[in-house]
Amino acid sequence: MTDITSEDSRKALCNPTTEAVRNSLSRRNRKQVLLQSFGIAAILFAMGMLFILLGSIISSGYHAFTQTHIQLEVYVDPEEIPADGLPRGGFNDVLAAAMAVHFPGIDLADRVAKRELTSILSNGAQFILRDKVVSDPSLIGQTISLSVPASDPYDQLNKGLVERDTPEQFRRIDDAAIARFDRLKELGMVSAPLNTALITNADSRFPELAGLKGALVGSFWALLVCFLISFPLGIGAAIYLEEFAPKNRYSDLIEININNLAAVPSVVFGLLALAVFIGWFGLPRSAPFVGGLTLALMTMPTIIIATRAALKAVPPSIREAALGVGASKHQVVFGHVLPLAMPGILTGTIIGLAQALGETAPLLLIGMNAFITSAATSPFDSATALPTQIFIWADSPERGFVSRTSAAILVLLMFLVTMNAVAIFLRSKFERKW
Amino acid sequence: MFDTPHSAIDERLSDTKIAAKKVQVFYGDTHAIKDVDINIQPRSVTAFIGPSGCGKSTFLRCLNRMNDTIDICRVEGEITIDGEDIYDPKVDPVQLRAKVGMVFQKPNPFPKSIYDNIAYGPRIHGLAKNKAELDEIVSSSLQKAGLWNEAKDRLDEPGTGLSGGQQQRLCIARAIAVNPEVILMDEPCSALDPIATAKVEELIDELRTNYTIVIVTHSMQQAARVSQRTAFFHLGILVEEGLTQDIFTNPQDKRTQDYITGRFG
Repeated sequence: MTDITSEDSRKALCNPTTEAVRNSLSRRNRKQVLLQSFGIAAILFAMGMLFILLGSIISSGYHAFTQTHIQLEVYVDPEEIPADGLPRGGFNDVLAAAMAVHFPGIDLADRVAKRELTSILSNGAQFILRDKVVSDPSLIGQTISLSVPASDPYDQLNKGLVERDTPEQFRRIDDAAIARFDRLKELGMVSAPLNTALITNADSRFPELAGLKGALVGSFWALLVCFLISFPLGIGAAIYLEEFAPKNRYSDLIEININNLAAVPSVVFGLLALAVFIGWFGLPRSAPFVGGLTLALMTMPTIIIATRAALKAVPPSIREAALGVGASKHQVVFGHVLPLAMPGILTGTIIGLAQALGETAPLLLIGMNAFITSAATSPFDSATALPTQIFIWADSPERGFVSRTSAAILVLLMFLVTMNAVAIFLRSKFERKW
Repeated sequence: MFDTPHSAIDERLSDTKIAAKKVQVFYGDTHAIKDVDINIQPRSVTAFIGPSGCGKSTFLRCLNRMNDTIDICRVEGEITIDGEDIYDPKVDPVQLRAKVGMVFQKPNPFPKSIYDNIAYGPRIHGLAKNKAELDEIVSSSLQKAGLWNEAKDRLDEPGTGLSGGQQQRLCIARAIAVNPEVILMDEPCSALDPIATAKVEELIDELRTNYTIVIVTHSMQQAARVSQRTAFFHLGILVEEGLTQDIFTNPQDKRTQDYITGRFG
């Protein structure tokens, strides 16, 4: 290429433009390489941060997906649990007796020794036994096989989260307790099955019993209310603004306000909801219904903006085609424009709902961070939501809640990822090409 | 093959289907159409020619009040179809557009099946009492548009899957399906190849026995081939209007002559 052979190419090289371009070429290429490497560095940094975040959550959260259980052969002593006394009875004593079988040196009459022995079992173990006996009183007098959760300190010990070589006074459980637990382990009574309680139980003071059911149900109700309110209202507002409203100063003002509303900090919506929904309308505190209303206020601007963008993206030729055969304005909008805009609208709505699912601050202000040990059965019952449950657990002192907090974050992230995946799927499935 | 036109008697009585008097169109402050007077004859093809931006499409869109959809557009003057002022407040544009159909520059079938494309107009206007009648409208419209043989086996396939020329004939069939009296065509062949163009032109020639057709075109050859009368627009003014052969062989105005001989435009 560098050989100058013909008259033409010599002329081309003498051309001042060619000269100028050639001189600036290496500088321009350098800039391009610089820009590209900056972009790659930014992406790597972001990916690295994401990796660290996920890594730390998973590494502490995976412990919560199993739960240490103690397998007991329980003799349901009719002396302790008389059939006519149900649901009351000495369930704890029965469990203590089942434990004491394996520790011949321990005298159950010694209250301290008995408490130390039963502390291996979760505080909820007696209620598990009680529920079982109450549902089937014929068990009284029999020996039944029962698997109950171990209490939090022993669960931590079993998962290796308690350092055995730490000096005894800095440990939550002393050497004797560890010895007792190890004895159970030798006897093959300790297992670590999948922690289904994490999904099937509601919140509890005891980490080994605490689960996300209340939060999941609360989030479900809140999102349902949020969707039922924000979806039709958001779409209605967007259709009116985009298709019917005259373009003047007032519609401009409304548009600016809606855009600003989407950027209002969520805590402000929480304060508004506290003042209006709870203070003024007298709706119940901590209720997913109020949470849903609050989240709807936040989600509506997102849906309006997404819907307007989707409506705008429908080619004008489709509107003209429909108008040309004599369709009226509403027939054009509902028969042609809206169906074509639906993928975009759904995507925007799902992303708005995903945002609402993760929203914490407004729910804290309306009391959805209460300690509630049963799942809500209606949107007017007290409940927590996933993000507020994470907030509550992160605030709890028991060690077992550390891993449960991370596990709850993983559950929340799983829902968010699923929702976004659904949004992407809908967009690619229903997207039309013209 | 063709149905008896429903307003044949009216049309025989008068030699004017559409009459425009002193029509002015403004886009905001721009005066796009100035003082246009024209009479368009029934059951013939009238071509609007002129350089880009001369206002021919704007004027065409006044004839079915398509300009109403543009907020800043304002129309003054009087346009009558069969003696009825179409800008009378009592006239609903929906009713007008059922009578004055339109075919656009770019083929714009609905992203629905071929059948639904044709059936849409009759459905919204309630022209068919039952499925059989609707089927009949769809097949006769496709036949009139010369698309029946190509489309009869694929009525359930999307209209957007047809070729460009077929799509444009589908759009013509869609316009015919609501049984209009006038069909406006805004550069219907500008996105088509020469073979598809020839087919559409042939179709236009057939349709003129039943419909009043107004066509905007950039191609003077096309105007000469398909139209009986031609109107030349320049800078928002209707410069000259007359029989197509007169306009092309013996233009009265210097500007018309310059345009048709290719000096500008």
